[in-house]
Amino acid sequence: MKHLLDTRDLSLEEAVQVLDTADSMAEVGTREVKKLPALRGRTVVNLFFEDSTRTRISFETAEKRLSADVINFAAKGSSVSKGESLKDTAQTLEAINADAIVIRHPASGAPARLASSGWISSPVINAGDGTHAHPTQALLDAMTLRQHRSRLDGRPTQGSDLRGMRVALVGDVLHSRVARSNVWLLSLLGAHVTLVSPPTLLPVGIEDWPVEVRYSLDEAMAQELDAIMMLRIQRERMHAAFFPSSEEYARLWGLTPERLALLDSRGAETAILHPGPMNRGLEISSAAADSPRSLVLDQVTNGVSVRMSVLYHLMTGPQEQDRIPALQRTS
Amino acid sequence: MSNQKYLIRGANLLGEETADILVADGTIARIGQGIEADGADVVEAQGLVALPGLVDVHTHLREPGREDAETVETGTRAAAAGGYTAVCAMANSNPVADTAGLVEQVWELGRQAGWADVHPIGAVTVGLEGERLSEIGAMADSRAAVRMFSDDGKCVHNAVLMRRALEYVKTFDGVVAQHAQEPLLTDGAQMNEGSVSADLGLAGWPAVAEEAIIARDVLLAQHVGSRVHICHVSTQGSVEIIRWAKQRGVDVTAEVTPHHLLLTDESVRSYDPVYKVNPPLRTREDVEALRDAVADGTIDVVGTDHAPHPVEAKECEWACAAMGMTGLETALSIVQQTLVETGRIGWGDVARIMSTEPARIARIDDQGRPLAEGEPANIVLVDPAAHRVVEPEKHQSKGRNSPYRSLEIPGAVQATFFKGHPTVLDGHINTPRALVAQAD
Repeated sequence: MKHLLDTRDLSLEEAVQVLDTADSMAEVGTREVKKLPALRGRTVVNLFFEDSTRTRISFETAEKRLSADVINFAAKGSSVSKGESLKDTAQTLEAINADAIVIRHPASGAPARLASSGWISSPVINAGDGTHAHPTQALLDAMTLRQHRSRLDGRPTQGSDLRGMRVALVGDVLHSRVARSNVWLLSLLGAHVTLVSPPTLLPVGIEDWPVEVRYSLDEAMAQELDAIMMLRIQRERMHAAFFPSSEEYARLWGLTPERLALLDSRGAETAILHPGPMNRGLEISSAAADSPRSLVLDQVTNGVSVRMSVLYHLMTGPQEQDRIPALQRTS
Repeated sequence: MSNQKYLIRGANLLGEETADILVADGTIARIGQGIEADGADVVEAQGLVALPGLVDVHTHLREPGREDAETVETGTRAAAAGGYTAVCAMANSNPVADTAGLVEQVWELGRQAGWADVHPIGAVTVGLEGERLSEIGAMADSRAAVRMFSDDGKCVHNAVLMRRALEYVKTFDGVVAQHAQEPLLTDGAQMNEGSVSADLGLAGWPAVAEEAIIARDVLLAQHVGSRVHICHVSTQGSVEIIRWAKQRGVDVTAEVTPHHLLLTDESVRSYDPVYKVNPPLRTREDVEALRDAVADGTIDVVGTDHAPHPVEAKECEWACAAMGMTGLETALSIVQQTLVETGRIGWGDVARIMSTEPARIARIDDQGRPLAEGEPANIVLVDPAAHRVVEPEKHQSKGRNSPYRSLEIPGAVQATFFKGHPTVLDGHINTPRALVAQAD
């Protein structure tokens, strides 16, 4: 694994390994001194062409916990708006000897361009590109789902996949990089994925995706679900005829108090996930967001662990990995 | 008049019979066996196929306005290198070719350059804005004698304006060449809408946005009894609509690009913007349907849609990259690979779809002529047995945005005769035809 561009590039073994390492990294976050020396003297650049406080803070925390030197490069206004080109930005970072580049970009494929163009030699980590992929988000979701199941059945998370879990992704799949990355990763890990969306917000051409597709949230929720992941509805979608009104969307595809009550009345163990930031009252009600089923804050915590794991795997060799006792594999 | 004579020896005319061709005074003086001609330069053509000089109905020469991307000089040199003796220059220059003055300027630049005839295409609407008709009559009556009109790059999407344009050009036996793209269905579109766009998260350009406009326009053409030409047909559905229209007797002609005959949207998975083009690369099924449509005559011509861009316009993220590919210097090879070598057509058909029919559609009387005594000596000699690896840096075009970089493609243009003058000789670019020698 040279770069992390898309969960689709991961093998099952790699995905489980990243999650296992993330579990170990999570332990670091509970210490009084939350730091490992793994990336001491290495420079990581957070290259953000798009605003994202949450993802940037998560990556920055992960980098600092691994003792890396962190440079935040907010390059808002890329070549899209006739600023400096991606190529020049990349070559600048190469010239200052960045050891890894974490990139967030509004254009789908920008991290792939960076990784394959020959402009730079360091590892590229995709922190979200356009409507294409958000692999660390999917990894943190998988980590959260793995913990959820472990809490229910008492089995350890280490080494396990998501086989047998049933997860529904609800909302704007068409514009969601989170949904795409989760489709590939969760199905790779053996979960059964159901996409629930108005037909206007499903991409054309997903017949080959390893998912079940439903238009009705109520039908999807009539089945046993281990988790429901609500996708964010962007404000600008509301005026582009994807659905008649936000009220109708919330009624048909929102996780309303009524649907939450339905889960409670069934005694279901269904967890609620949301990649954030949430539109309370639209795709998710406050009752659902604040309920004990909500794992939203676990997701945030796991985000740091997963990003530490990814940085660690991409930036250190096997010999260095053996020197960190906390990360030696039990096998 | 140049006194230079050329004796082309042993060429394979349209891939059928072998003969010598004597070129003198800009015309084909003799065709026959064992011609002897004192003082003629001999061009050995054993194993080479002789075709009438190619005619491109769809070229972007970029001048005036984007001389950093291409000029009439470099674009027509590229045309000559690709075997072309005439190109139709699209109107989306800056300023737009929507006046007699501008089309005469482009035409004159072509005459001065001397690599190939340049026939400007006039804009249908002022500034390609789709709001009011440009001075179509003035362009038709100008020295450029424009017969083909197009807002290519943009669709004439207003149905009333399209109807009026179709009617109006009948005055001059003109034709409207439609870039079929429903604008609202393709707002922000980045690639073909289908399974690949779903995976890549790139906004989709649905086939229906092309097909809906073609369906409308063939019906309009039938209603008003006009000629309509469909640029760069890219989908199976479009082929079926055009086939249906031709069966009903609609006077419609259709064009396909070489890249739509070879490449599919699978190439976009690299996110390399060299594959970004409008209309977008489609699916394997579309490619097969387009090849079949050329073979059965539903599609009349191959047009290159040669669209050179400076390097920086492609060396960026997909979404902000320019659309378009170069094509003049590879078109004949791609046609050979996709149509001749797949057994769908012969070299006589290549002459038809790349020379005769393009000239007829654009009403260029002295191009696309048969290889016969007394005809203008516009001839291309191609070596069908050659193989070459595409190196865009060696192209005559300023554009380096060839989607065939590093691909091995069959066929090589060995010579191009433009009105009796070899613009390409021995497989290399030669010299332009001198303006002083022109009688026209």
